[in-house]
Amino acid sequence: MGHKKITLGKVVQYVVLVFMFVLLVGPFVWELSLSFKGPGDNVYAVPPYVIPRTPTIENYKQVFRQVPVFHYMINTIIVAIIAIAGNVIFSTMAGYALGRLKWRGRNAMLALFMGTMVIPVEGVMISQFLIIRSIHLQNTLLAVALPGMVGAINILLMTNAFKAIPNELEEAAQVDGANVWQQFFHVCLPQVKGTMTVVGIFAFVGAWNDFLWPLIVISDEKNYTLTLGMNRLKGMFVSDPRLIAAGALVSLIPILIFFACFQKYFFQGLEQGGIKE
Amino acid sequence: MNDTDISVGSRSEASVSGRVEPSMKKLEEGKPRKPKRSIGTILAPYLFSFPAFAIVFVFVVIAALNTFRLAFTDSTLLIPGKFVGFQNFVEVFHDEYFWTAMLNSTLYVVCVVPFMVILPLILANLVRGNSKIMGFFRTAFYTPVVMSAVVVGMIWTNLLDSKGLINSILETTRIIKHPIPFLTDRWLILFSAMFVTIWLGLGYYMVIYLTALANIDDALYEAASLDGAGPVRQFVSITMPGVRSTMVLIMMLSTIAAFRVFNEIYVLTNGTAGPGGEDITMSMLIQQQGTGIQARTGYASAISLIVLAVVGTMLIVQQIVQKRGED
Repeated sequence: MGHKKITLGKVVQYVVLVFMFVLLVGPFVWELSLSFKGPGDNVYAVPPYVIPRTPTIENYKQVFRQVPVFHYMINTIIVAIIAIAGNVIFSTMAGYALGRLKWRGRNAMLALFMGTMVIPVEGVMISQFLIIRSIHLQNTLLAVALPGMVGAINILLMTNAFKAIPNELEEAAQVDGANVWQQFFHVCLPQVKGTMTVVGIFAFVGAWNDFLWPLIVISDEKNYTLTLGMNRLKGMFVSDPRLIAAGALVSLIPILIFFACFQKYFFQGLEQGGIKE
Repeated sequence: MNDTDISVGSRSEASVSGRVEPSMKKLEEGKPRKPKRSIGTILAPYLFSFPAFAIVFVFVVIAALNTFRLAFTDSTLLIPGKFVGFQNFVEVFHDEYFWTAMLNSTLYVVCVVPFMVILPLILANLVRGNSKIMGFFRTAFYTPVVMSAVVVGMIWTNLLDSKGLINSILETTRIIKHPIPFLTDRWLILFSAMFVTIWLGLGYYMVIYLTALANIDDALYEAASLDGAGPVRQFVSITMPGVRSTMVLIMMLSTIAAFRVFNEIYVLTNGTAGPGGEDITMSMLIQQQGTGIQARTGYASAISLIVLAVVGTMLIVQQIVQKRGED
């Protein structure tokens, strides 16, 4: 294994990897090229070419003129902040109660949360909408965030993180006379910061990318999230791939930067829980 | 935080690694004083779990119960409706549209799941190792996972268009004379959407497999190498058994996800579900029937209940398969 010799296996390995790389990254390169192609470029040319002959940023300007992209981004960020706060705070609290405290009803509560994990959103979304409607929240950003504010999977992640804290730590704090609340804030919380970050990151990506639920609950264009806005943009510019490409890239850039910054937590999160959403 | 010991897929999604920070060991041993059970201590667990409980209770438990109730009424968005027994279900089962949706969603499962179970495992095997280049490939393959299906759908609409890049390449290389109607043919739309789903999900399942592969003892491979077993033989006799439970988990996850497909088809067809609505799926059917000013919430709830029943059955079958495998 230590020697660097070229074997047939290695060649096959790299051929497959490069092929997959082109398949997964190629589309972005093509979209990037499309988005900078000007009126002098034939976007339907056979054979296709990548480098724009009349490069322009007019497509991007056009997207921002036709669709209030920044407004939709701000809406999405508001939804994401509510979703992150809800998931991080509430599932940490519940995780502490379920993972560290002994109380009547704990197992029943844990069973309830685990049970809800297997219920697909599509099965209950009409009823969720009726609930939102009955409290007059339809067409608000809060309504977009509300049902996803506590993911059962996040509660379980936090519960397990709290369970993993060694008992000696808390016992030492008890000797010092710390009560439950002090133990929570000063002893346990610092130990689960990593898992809290993971929960927050997945809440952000989930909120940023959600489409079906906002589609159901938002009807007013001024409350559109980015995915709804992009869907509308796609319908508007159906005949001009340059504008669709520019719109797609504009909405991808923030999430790609986010991914680049928090990469290690994404992998860590999958290792811990194996589930997104 | 770095020494996560990994246990994904060992039993259920709940299995999470235990992390122990080394710094904790220095704490002195001490006999804990019996804690005073103040009112704050007694109430603490309830207060701590209340917000999560309230939201889950309202938006999952109540919503599920309400779905069950509505399924037996003729309610619409504006009229509460009355109990009509199994009438919705009778109508559903006579609705051609429902069977089209059922066919499409089921086909989606049948075609997508094998790729989701096998391709990421092969990929995970290829990108193992600590070298920089493998880390680069891992990140590149995972990146699509963080993107929304809507944006990815926009990109693939451009690529699959009758004058898009794919057709353009095929025409340049003279493989085809006329463009392939990826986005206008009833069946090709479905297959294009499946392709996009697989494209989006590969990296996600790849990472899950990587954590399972990391748990296989390297000594097994070394021993097999000494015995003269080639890479294929090693894959079949060591890797496959080692990731068996993860495979079952991924099969379950991808089955449920495929049956629920919505975004990919919605975006590729601009919300129309294809020519004549022939590409409709179960989730799209619920969305069409249950939303808008003329929403038939009772009827949509009956369809929702069927989706819940199908997904429930899949989970039970998966449990049985897993149990049997363990014996």
